Amino acid sequence: MNNLWGDTLSSFWSIWIIVITLGTIIFCWWVLFANRKTDKQPSVDGEVETTGHTADGIDEYDNPLPRWWFMLFVGTIIFSVAYLLLYPGLGNFKGVLDWSQEGQWDEEIAYAQEQYAPIFAKYSEVPVPELAQDGDAMQVAERIYLNNCSVCHGSNAQGGYGFPNLTDDAWLYGGEPENIVTTLNNGRNGLMPAWQQLGDNNLENVTSYVLSLSGEEHDANKASQGEAIFASACVACHGPGGKGNQAIGAPDLTDDAWLYRQPGQETHAAVLETLRNGRNGHMPAQAAYIGEDKVHLVAAYVYSLSN
Amino acid sequence: MSTAFEHPTYNYKVVRQFAIMTVVWGIVGMALGVFIAAQLVWPELNFGLPWTSFGRLRPLHTNAVIFAFGGSALIATSYYVVQRTCQTRLISDKLAAFTFWGWQLVIVLAAITLPLGFTTSKEYAELEWPIDILIAVVWIAYAIVFLGTIQQRKTSHIYVANWFYAAFILTIAVLHIVNSAEIPVSAMKSYSAYAGTIDAMAQWWYGHNAVGFLLTAGFLGMMYYFVPKQAERPVYSYRLSIVHFWALITTYMWAGSHHLHYTALPDWAQSLGMIMSIILLAPSWGGMINGMMTLSGAWHKLRTDPTLRFLVVALSFYGMSTFEGPMMAVKTVNALSHYTDWTIGHVHSGALGWVAMITIGSMYHLIPRLFGGIEMYSVKLIAVHFWLATIGTVLYITSMWVNGILQGLMWRAVNADGTLMYTFVEALEASHPGYVVRFIGGAFFAFGMLLMAYNVYMTTRSIAREQEPVLQTA
Repeated sequence: MNNLWGDTLSSFWSIWIIVITLGTIIFCWWVLFANRKTDKQPSVDGEVETTGHTADGIDEYDNPLPRWWFMLFVGTIIFSVAYLLLYPGLGNFKGVLDWSQEGQWDEEIAYAQEQYAPIFAKYSEVPVPELAQDGDAMQVAERIYLNNCSVCHGSNAQGGYGFPNLTDDAWLYGGEPENIVTTLNNGRNGLMPAWQQLGDNNLENVTSYVLSLSGEEHDANKASQGEAIFASACVACHGPGGKGNQAIGAPDLTDDAWLYRQPGQETHAAVLETLRNGRNGHMPAQAAYIGEDKVHLVAAYVYSLSN
Repeated sequence: MSTAFEHPTYNYKVVRQFAIMTVVWGIVGMALGVFIAAQLVWPELNFGLPWTSFGRLRPLHTNAVIFAFGGSALIATSYYVVQRTCQTRLISDKLAAFTFWGWQLVIVLAAITLPLGFTTSKEYAELEWPIDILIAVVWIAYAIVFLGTIQQRKTSHIYVANWFYAAFILTIAVLHIVNSAEIPVSAMKSYSAYAGTIDAMAQWWYGHNAVGFLLTAGFLGMMYYFVPKQAERPVYSYRLSIVHFWALITTYMWAGSHHLHYTALPDWAQSLGMIMSIILLAPSWGGMINGMMTLSGAWHKLRTDPTLRFLVVALSFYGMSTFEGPMMAVKTVNALSHYTDWTIGHVHSGALGWVAMITIGSMYHLIPRLFGGIEMYSVKLIAVHFWLATIGTVLYITSMWVNGILQGLMWRAVNADGTLMYTFVEALEASHPGYVVRFIGGAFFAFGMLLMAYNVYMTTRSIAREQEPVLQTA
């Protein structure tokens, strides 16, 4: 079966397809011409003989096939045979025009490259902070952003539950131009392990400590107990004092920016849930989709949102 | 041959049952359609609940209108037509009763399982494997009753309506069984027996032939009996019916791959779907011509007979949508229309304009006769229903044309720098007025079905009062 759906068919399947395709077309042609002639006269006013069979009082005339309809049928068959000579259809025969959908795609992409690539190549030579000041460039960039990024990060770039806000100063992987370019080109995978095994008490204590770092309302007693656990379990990624580590995308816990807080949810509940179940964040790599030149431009747009 | 013939005692009970359920399921299915159309205008109507969300109710709508409404209409009329044109009773009352109760059970199970989220995710074949098996069993019973009755016929010739019904019944059995081949992993979950592109091809071979055989061939069977019967005119051309029947059933089989233009499906398979769809134009129109021309000498009846008007306008919409279909199957047109509301409009010009209208017209002919009369309770109400249905259909399809072309053009529009001119959301916002018009059109159509239900109820009541017991002849 693999051969049946691949680029080329085995000769058996190729012949099989040709035979049943042409067989179908020839059958249509035959059934049309075999029934073309009638010895009965056309009826306009219903005075013509019927076929003789009556079904529940329904008689049948034997009028000839309407001429225009006959021509229409013949025309579609001729069109189809011509199409099968020009385009792929008859098994492995690729058609005289040697057309393929991949070929059409390549042509269109080549045309687009030729037309538009120079525009973006020019932008890619301008450093990000400077490009971010260029109004025309940012208009183009915004359109790319809206069509490629807004589904997750929002039309206003303020993100949402699980999707970072791009307009604030909280950067998981750094907000310098080169950081943004890297994030866009290669994507990111964020992983917060689940800490369920610590037990409810400890999770509650660590939560209080985390809340204390950004000055959120918390139970001071629990927070001080949580600090010890934080120092052993969390410090490796989030660092002493919870300042985070942009090299590995560990969030700064002191900035009061909460990626996984649902609208209306208490911070306490959100943090506890994150600690208990862990999190997986995924930013898809864009270089392969839109190319590095456009990434450069979008990076400037993202940079402009918070600078 | 004389038109006077003996009246054997036909089995009208099962026909009555299916005919009444046609009206009932029509109302349910179309009301669901209006509701999900409203959800697209006012998303709050999803109520934030999984069971009432668009994604679960939409398949319920399609299953209800295609299989509950359309299916009941086809079984009702085929049982009626086969008995009358073969001059013999259905071969088994018990098996016929089984098809009725079995089919109703399938529908009720669909109404329960789809909102609960049980789905194979194959369009128009969403029902899970235990229900698939039940469908296959009921359908085979239906085939036995219908084909067995033809075999027992008292006439030498098999009337053209029965060719179409037979083709529809046999093909749907094959389509359903092949496409629903799946591997159960639990009581209500299965995985398709096919993978990847082959699965997609099997699905659209099924999907398009559900249109071709259930919604076209089956209803052409209906047309071939009720149009000449209501017009009291002979069928226009026997040889035209031969040519278009054989060409239609032969080429429809191939057309499904036009649903997969510009996908992972190999080019050759796409091309074959396209050219067979184009060849399909003339065979499709053969049915329209044969129905329309049957009215020659009887056109004046349209002025006074709204039932006949339903049948003729149905043929017009049939002709229109079977022109639109081959056009949309052309790759360059499809590149614009695919994935847009144009497709939805096309489907409904067939579903409302053709399938529902030919059914409604046939039912207005059939129902009084089933209960021993000849006329519906109110011919005026039929006329009102006709206008509601026609206006509703026109509003529906024009709004979806506008939306579809709008979406297709907005999605492909690019700026001078090659970036897309519009985001998806902008195209969605632009579609909003069309969704409002579509909702209104659908509401018109569904409201007409309520008038029909009232008319049917009054018809059966007044006939029952006039004559006891109900006569078996019509």
